[in-house]
Amino acid sequence: MAMPVIVADSVEHALSALADHPDATVLAGGTDLMVEVNDGRRTPTQVIAVGRVAELTGIRVDGHAEGATIVIGAATTFARLERGPITELAPALAYAARTVGSPQIRNAATIGGNLATASPAGDSLPVLVALGATIEVAGANDRRQIPIVEFFTGPKRSALAPGELVVAVHVPVRRGPQDYLKVGVRNAMVIAVASLAIAVDLDARTVGVGLGSVGPTPLGAPDACARIAEQARWDTDHLTVDPAAAADFADQVAAAARPIDDHRGTAEYRRNAVRVMAARALRRCGR
Amino acid sequence: MSEIYVLRVNGEEHAVADAWSGESLLYVLRERLGFPGAKSGCEQGECGSCSVLVDGVLVCACLVLAASAVETEIVTVEGLQPAERGEMSDVQRAFVETGAVQCGFCTPGLIMAVHALLDHDPDPSDLVVREAISGNLCRCTGYGRILEAVEVATRRRSGGPGSGVGARGVSGPEVVAE
Repeated sequence: MAMPVIVADSVEHALSALADHPDATVLAGGTDLMVEVNDGRRTPTQVIAVGRVAELTGIRVDGHAEGATIVIGAATTFARLERGPITELAPALAYAARTVGSPQIRNAATIGGNLATASPAGDSLPVLVALGATIEVAGANDRRQIPIVEFFTGPKRSALAPGELVVAVHVPVRRGPQDYLKVGVRNAMVIAVASLAIAVDLDARTVGVGLGSVGPTPLGAPDACARIAEQARWDTDHLTVDPAAAADFADQVAAAARPIDDHRGTAEYRRNAVRVMAARALRRCGR
Repeated sequence: MSEIYVLRVNGEEHAVADAWSGESLLYVLRERLGFPGAKSGCEQGECGSCSVLVDGVLVCACLVLAASAVETEIVTVEGLQPAERGEMSDVQRAFVETGAVQCGFCTPGLIMAVHALLDHDPDPSDLVVREAISGNLCRCTGYGRILEAVEVATRRRSGGPGSGVGARGVSGPEVVAE
């Protein structure tokens, strides 16, 4: 009988272990999984730990200028995303990373784990939606790229097939202001009541928005974004939005939310929070 | 049941046998290896009282799957002290001197968090200190004296003026660093 905990040392090792044990639980940082294990809600019989696979950790940039893409290994921790190159390349992702849990949590929790857990409250997920990220997953025989909006299929459900592993996140470098806002009861150790990411691309002249904790999955607001991109006045280093268009944008983003009432907040509160965050985020990004 | 695995804790190897494979590092440290320094509070990473260093990185031991921590260097609060356990670390001494301890349950985790902070940032701002201990809950002290302890430890490490106690106007004995 195999060891019930396999510490993978390469992606191939992890994938072959997954092929041998289709029901195995993949362990990255453990900050979601171990809460359930400690509480007796999950009793995995086979664990494949991927947190120490070198190929899965680290940040690199492919291409340059307008076509550049940041490739973030799935086992990269939020501690590494909140500082270093991400603060320049994708500032909203660094902001979001800094709001994850506490230093202890950020030292362990990974972006790939955030994706695979697929909680609608995952802090990095609205940013990945706003930036139009692509998720690279690997199976026994091939690799495929899944657009972020297709990755989430329901609360804590994703397009990840059995035997597949999230290996990397591909994030386009976008030149322009970005922001991330999160509503919670304190500045640390908070699961978002509602969150919003915005990314302005001054070259493509687009605005991207991602919403967290206000629907069964992280959500975009494509209609609001397309409309504000038309209404804004674009210059090479900034965009200008008039107040009426900004208010209209905030209403449209709020309309894209699909919140429910739960123990952290009501649907009505959440929709209003989205409206307020959308207006604030756009104001901070524009003139 | 799992096969035997080996954890390296405070510089020494310990075999873990007949353990359930889902056990957390916190459980194994406390219940199997005799390291009760890390405290079991929430078991969901919220309280920080089980903070330890794994390969030099501050984590909640309750969220580490013990069997996945093979081939790492684990340091618990017991490992901060000399083998004879007679002396305190500089951070521990600062906590005692400033009265940053009340019931004491959160203290080992806070000590680990402050060591992790000062080892990377010898002169943290107040905001950096607050963020560094944001994952450690203390329900007794209100944090004032904990922040004072960090200030004392920081000043003493830098060897600067005012490295004694009473940095915030609380009078106390002048303590000379060894």
